[in-house]
Amino acid sequence: MKTRYIYIMGLTIAFCCCLSGFVETNPYFIIKAKDVELKVPKGFPQMVYDFKDNPITPEGFVLGRKLFYDPILSKDSSISCGFCHQRIAAFAHLDHVLSHGINGLIGNRNVPPLQNLVWQQNFMWDGGINHLEVQPLAPLSNDKEMGENLNNVLQKLRRNAEYKTMFQEAFKDTAISSAQMLKALAQFTGLMISANSKYDKCIRGEEKFTDAEQHGLELFRMHCENCHKEPLFTDNSFRNNGLKPDTALSDSGRARITGLAEDYMKFKVPTLRNISITYPYMHDGRFKTLDKVLRYYAGGSFYGNYDKSIERNIGLTAPEQADIITFLKTLTDMEFLRDRRFADPNYR
Amino acid sequence: MLVIEMHLIRRKSFGLFITGVLVACVLLLTSGNTIPAPARLAISIKHLNGNAALQLDTVKYKNAFGQGYTISKFRYYLGKICLEKRDRSKYLTDKYFLVDEEDASSKNLLFTDVPEGDYKSISFIIGVDSALNCSGVQSDALDPANGMFWTWSTGYIFLKLEGHADASLSPGHIFEYHIGGFKQPYNCIRKVSLGLGEKGMYLTAGKESKIELDVDVAEVLNAHNKIDFSKLSSVTDFHNCTLVADNYANMFSIVKQ
Repeated sequence: MKTRYIYIMGLTIAFCCCLSGFVETNPYFIIKAKDVELKVPKGFPQMVYDFKDNPITPEGFVLGRKLFYDPILSKDSSISCGFCHQRIAAFAHLDHVLSHGINGLIGNRNVPPLQNLVWQQNFMWDGGINHLEVQPLAPLSNDKEMGENLNNVLQKLRRNAEYKTMFQEAFKDTAISSAQMLKALAQFTGLMISANSKYDKCIRGEEKFTDAEQHGLELFRMHCENCHKEPLFTDNSFRNNGLKPDTALSDSGRARITGLAEDYMKFKVPTLRNISITYPYMHDGRFKTLDKVLRYYAGGSFYGNYDKSIERNIGLTAPEQADIITFLKTLTDMEFLRDRRFADPNYR
Repeated sequence: MLVIEMHLIRRKSFGLFITGVLVACVLLLTSGNTIPAPARLAISIKHLNGNAALQLDTVKYKNAFGQGYTISKFRYYLGKICLEKRDRSKYLTDKYFLVDEEDASSKNLLFTDVPEGDYKSISFIIGVDSALNCSGVQSDALDPANGMFWTWSTGYIFLKLEGHADASLSPGHIFEYHIGGFKQPYNCIRKVSLGLGEKGMYLTAGKESKIELDVDVAEVLNAHNKIDFSKLSSVTDFHNCTLVADNYANMFSIVKQ
């Protein structure tokens, strides 16, 4: 009887401890050195981003994670990076046509997923950003997204005791500079690597495609591979895929950056990794489902000065389209989507 | 017995090692003395409009079309500063400077490690080298927090000239020229080369010499391409950027010693 009493007491104390400060030690959120080891997946090309000048450390990564999920980066502290880049959607904005921002504002483009960023030469649908480190400045200062400026963010961070400690731990420096902030974010987003989908496991010989998936892959290689090149499922080029311009958005695409008429309505070829859970599709989110995307390519009513290579999709039959979609679903990487390292530390 | 001898040998070699280190130190110190002490060079920049010192906001100027205007902001990047001797050898710096009319200290650049010698010219770029536009986040003068960085299309704003002109059709009659771009055909990096006169300039070791540079803001509006505020009151991307860049390429002159 007495031992049972002690047992219950002990449990109660343990429970209370868990409720108080002990949450900080929740192993789900602890990042150790082995968690930030960078492994280039088999068959992937050489990385574009060089971590040589920004070596990943657990402290830097945890700081990047905190910044990524902190609305302090927006003008009215309402929108964090993670607000539009949801982990459940491979860091795209699930079921949202266009990006959202402060004061309920709606942006001009569909939120792209964040994955395998260290293999990207440039960022955004128009490729306007040329380096992973300076990418966060775009949404941060966009009026329709976070609407803030870098100096204000730095001031807010410098006033915050927790950040002071975290910057000190990550960079052995109390300054809190733009370089430190952006490098920490690059450590966090740079490690978002998706390379463990069923497709990857089949290619590595660890699993087997079903007949429909295999047939879909063969069709994919004939019809889609030209732009959506394996293993990244993009060739990082800019192409006009024949979409009729949306007059309300008046988006000129790549031409906005280069000023070249030939780049009008060209957009970056998006990766297809995790594509089944990043709907809706296209730069303006005009297609709700993969079904609609495939029907568009098969239909052949392309607009403007489009890339002729998409014509090879004309006439894909409904069963063929279905098999391609079945294959595309093998690109969903549950290990990546459930990777605890990228979870929002505020939900603990 | 053998053990003791080994011990002695080790001791001896340690003694030799220490002697060697000492000799090396002495050699290093003396050789250090044979390197000539560098000269110091102070570059001071003065902002003008025409012949008078630039005044922000308060003084009304006139452009080539007779349109009145005031200036509220004038800042630009300088980099790749290079001094060339008569014997063609060069002193190159890799530091960048953000010169700002509103910050007096930004107009005085000091170089403390210039080799002594007879110099004939100075050159630099207005802007930021393309490599630094593509290498991620930078610090100091090139910190993106300085507000001279485009966040939607990566690259530095090389020069900002802002103000008011009644003729401007922009809201509030403002004009705003934010010039940058490092790729052809919209490359706005401009190289400036200035001779140091017939006699050149002798920089003496241990002494500070001075080069005075004048910058005429009016040149940014009028040099090659005369800017009509009613037609072009805003340049904030590649559109028309080279018109202004070709103008600012002309804004520097050297003050005769």
